[in-house]
Amino acid sequence: MSKLTDLNLAQARDGLVSKAFSAVELTQAHIERVEASDKLNAYVLKTPEKAMQMAKASDAKIASGTHGPLEGLPIGVKDLFCTQGVRTTASSKILGDFIPPYESTVTQNLWTDGAVLLGKLNNDEFAMGSSNETSCFGPVNNPYQGANGENLVPGGSSGGSSAAVAARLGVAATATDTGGSIRQPAAFTGTVGLKPTYGRCSRWGVVAFASSLDQAGPITQTVRDAAIMLGSMASFDSRDTTSVARDVPNYEAALTGNIKGLRVGIPKEYRVDTMPAEIEALWQQGMDWLKQAGAEIVDVSLPHTKYALPAYYIIAPAEASSNLARYDGVRYGVRQEGVDIDDMYANSRAAGFGDEVKRRVMVGTYALSAGYYDAYYVKALQVRRLIAEDFNRAYEKCDVLLTPTTPSAAFAVGKEVEDPLEMYLNDVFTVTVNLAGLPGLSVPAGLDAHGLPLGLQLIGKAFDEEQLLRVGEVLETAAGFTTRPNEWWSA
Amino acid sequence: MASNPNLIAGATGDWEVVMGLEIHAQIASQSKLFSGASTEFGALPNSQVSLVDAAMPGMLPVINAYCVEQAVRTGLGLKAQVNNYSVFDRKNYFYPDLPQGYQISQFLQPIVGEGAIEIDLPDGAVKTIGVERLHLEQDAGKSLHDQHPSQSFVDLNRSGMALMEIVSHPDMRSAAEAQAYVKKIRAILRYLGTCDGNMEQGSLRADVNVSVRRPGDALGTRCEIKNVNSIRFIGQAIEYEARRQIDLIEDGGVVQQQTRLFDPKNGETRAMRSKEEAHDYRYFPDPDLLPLEFDQAYVDAIAKDLPELPDDKKARFISDYNLSPYDASVLVSEAENAAFFEAAAEGQDAKAVANMVIGSVFAGLNKAGLAIAESPVTPKQVGQLVGLISDDTVSNSIAKEVFEMMFDEGPDQGKDAAVIVEEKGLKQVTDMGAIEAAVDAVIAANPDKVTQAQERPKMAGWFVGQVMQATGGKANPQAVNKLVMAKLGLDS
Amino acid sequence: MSVDEKTVRRIATLARIGVREEELPALAKELNTIIGFVEQLSEVDTEGVKPFTSPVENTMRWREDAVTDGGYAEQVLANAPAKDDEYFAVPKVVE
Repeated sequence: MSKLTDLNLAQARDGLVSKAFSAVELTQAHIERVEASDKLNAYVLKTPEKAMQMAKASDAKIASGTHGPLEGLPIGVKDLFCTQGVRTTASSKILGDFIPPYESTVTQNLWTDGAVLLGKLNNDEFAMGSSNETSCFGPVNNPYQGANGENLVPGGSSGGSSAAVAARLGVAATATDTGGSIRQPAAFTGTVGLKPTYGRCSRWGVVAFASSLDQAGPITQTVRDAAIMLGSMASFDSRDTTSVARDVPNYEAALTGNIKGLRVGIPKEYRVDTMPAEIEALWQQGMDWLKQAGAEIVDVSLPHTKYALPAYYIIAPAEASSNLARYDGVRYGVRQEGVDIDDMYANSRAAGFGDEVKRRVMVGTYALSAGYYDAYYVKALQVRRLIAEDFNRAYEKCDVLLTPTTPSAAFAVGKEVEDPLEMYLNDVFTVTVNLAGLPGLSVPAGLDAHGLPLGLQLIGKAFDEEQLLRVGEVLETAAGFTTRPNEWWSA
Repeated sequence: MASNPNLIAGATGDWEVVMGLEIHAQIASQSKLFSGASTEFGALPNSQVSLVDAAMPGMLPVINAYCVEQAVRTGLGLKAQVNNYSVFDRKNYFYPDLPQGYQISQFLQPIVGEGAIEIDLPDGAVKTIGVERLHLEQDAGKSLHDQHPSQSFVDLNRSGMALMEIVSHPDMRSAAEAQAYVKKIRAILRYLGTCDGNMEQGSLRADVNVSVRRPGDALGTRCEIKNVNSIRFIGQAIEYEARRQIDLIEDGGVVQQQTRLFDPKNGETRAMRSKEEAHDYRYFPDPDLLPLEFDQAYVDAIAKDLPELPDDKKARFISDYNLSPYDASVLVSEAENAAFFEAAAEGQDAKAVANMVIGSVFAGLNKAGLAIAESPVTPKQVGQLVGLISDDTVSNSIAKEVFEMMFDEGPDQGKDAAVIVEEKGLKQVTDMGAIEAAVDAVIAANPDKVTQAQERPKMAGWFVGQVMQATGGKANPQAVNKLVMAKLGLDS
Repeated sequence: MSVDEKTVRRIATLARIGVREEELPALAKELNTIIGFVEQLSEVDTEGVKPFTSPVENTMRWREDAVTDGGYAEQVLANAPAKDDEYFAVPKVVE
């Protein structure tokens, strides 16, 4: 038998239920592997004692036949999800040693279904970033290294989650996606990333970045694992006004492998001039795979695609500037004293926020300020509607869309950090999905010339995650991505 | 000088003061606007605070249905436009008792639009004041600035409570009008049951915008006096502020638009010392919420359930009971008072009942510090007492005495008026023979006064008094008066 | 529209982010880059387009008016950087 840490979520689940091994054994194996992987800097907080307690409880439930769908499965949680009694920081200095007296709905759903918490995962500060370099805990290293052994970013903002899953530091991880923060890191690390429809997973207890865009989802090894994770993460939550009251289907059951007659849309506007030939080729390969599986390829147009990033870089910072006003050094987090109250605020926020967060809060403050509101904010919301309508029109002709996930493979740590705009362009293929509130799935589909993973993105209709996952699995099977990184990081 | 009594005389001529009010009325709900924490007054600090109210990371607002209903009810009570589609916005600013760093409010699209109310002025006149809008918003917490030399303390119990902000047009022209407006809004809210109107506990607070101008000129620069918490203080604050602005302008100065505080200790307003950075609230639709929508049937159902409001009740009291506008407006100022009156007036002379309720009942309660619900004399007893006046069993003055006896004895031992009158032998003497004998006796005993009275007819009153005294006040005063005049030969 | 240092100062004050004088030029440059980028939006004809504020198309749900929360002052105060008894404590505010 292979190592316990080589198993994907579905395999581990089946092994636990068939009592091939215990939850304690599975968890212990992961704890040890996490311990030996500090060079990746994926975990910002490890909770081994808690994990072992939870694993023991899971073994008892498996023994008594009262186990949940995720019973005994050790996972990592992005540090954006508030976890009761467990430090939660959003990887920002400003939260200090904040210990939430509450559990986010998504993580509570996971624990209720039997999952085991290994620890909290690194991310870009307040989920603002595409490389995990804005974290106050320092960058996460991609388990895949560059051709010359240089450290690469794991993507962001869910870089801890993608690195952890790629390095098998947990059978799966939770993540969040505001402009691409699940799908882009998944693409950079050869993992599967699913951003569900806005309103599918509750936002209650998830540190907010941009409320109208944020959505929780899983990063996993396989599409099946993503289906299983989403089944537990998704729920209707009356505590979140934007949570949508819909039953949660059995996503795993939707993986029939049958996509005959499915119409796959190819948006011509995603064929950008700067796209590397190998990504272009991979995209074409994806079309061929789906065609061979019985799908029909349809050309569609999303004419406002070009304006998605500019609209996003008004809407997200505007919402963030307001969402982050609560970090004021009064009720929790870090305070830097000052001569008066306003000085205390300014000092605390100057010391507590990193450069990228400050930049976005200031851009957002500017976009909402008197005299600019209509020109920037209202304009961006109007463009957002045009983008959403583009998708509606495209879906008259097709059932899902196929695009590349990112315009490049993972880049070196430090390469883009000096140029915010270059960094923002990472999200060019993913951000439209958040603006329209649609589900998106990144599936590892191939390698670039340097052996680095590349992903293809499928975009679905709202609340049609079943279809999205079904196509995703077909794509995954056709691509047969089995590459694993060299374990340079283990001691 | 000024023919308009509202004009204020300055050194250089007359001035007109212009006021608009923003009233913040706390909705009488069990829980907060966007959280399930209690709204009860007087709890231990921070004990009625949910994680949402404390703005913990990741916490989200969910709207309270009852608060929506009360806003609609109030909008209908203000005869205002109710908007079936409204939007919650964030008003962004930093303050230690504002945990989110923004207040959830309604800016461009409020739940209630234009309306109007009528205010009752002390001279009996009625004036219409326009209501610009009513919107729903969160209250802030409370900061205590006087507990520690270098720190302020923050209690979030009030944070997130539901407020209706009712914004008037700048239609008021005197402190009395502003006071009458607040009184009227308060009465409407209390009739509707949407706000308890308690100004001492801060459930009703007013921001007063004051400016002055030469009559006929465009509006002057206004100052906003924040959070004035009694009707008396509203009057004082306006009087002071109007005079301050007039003096300032007449001395060659210019009024600066600013936020001011009223200090009840010395009756003055002063500029708030906090930095007057140009406010830029950066309103935008709250992405944690969706638009607030309801259909017309929802509004209609609330409208159907609306109680009779002060103005309608006043009109009915005038037409049905033949009361003066003044008496009617006094009686309808509180729903409980009006109900007391109506119960007492059943089958009785309503005008006489109104006189007794306003004169004796309110005065007695006021003196004893009791609320109308605690009145020792029941409405039925008041009615019966008025009945005894009407059928000449007792005089008005005896009735007053009887009322006081009933009031002092309280509701348990309290005997009905007829029993007291019987027991104490207070029945009015209507036997003309007995009255005539008493008149004759007083005239006979005071021949000098008779002469005086015949020269100065006003002296006749003295004889009436003597006869009333001799009969222990029980003689019918009209009968005594008539006889005295006749016997003195003054009745021609 | 370009952002000058005075504007950066004003925005920083509004956002309560302490910025040192020497940081202003670099910040202004960065903000100008971002704002220059988003200004592409002015090319789009949005005449008559209703602003899109949420992907959720449902009508807002209301909750019943009932006391279901609160009553845990110690939890509310547990993470406070400064407190006095049951109060949060902040530098004195002068009104």
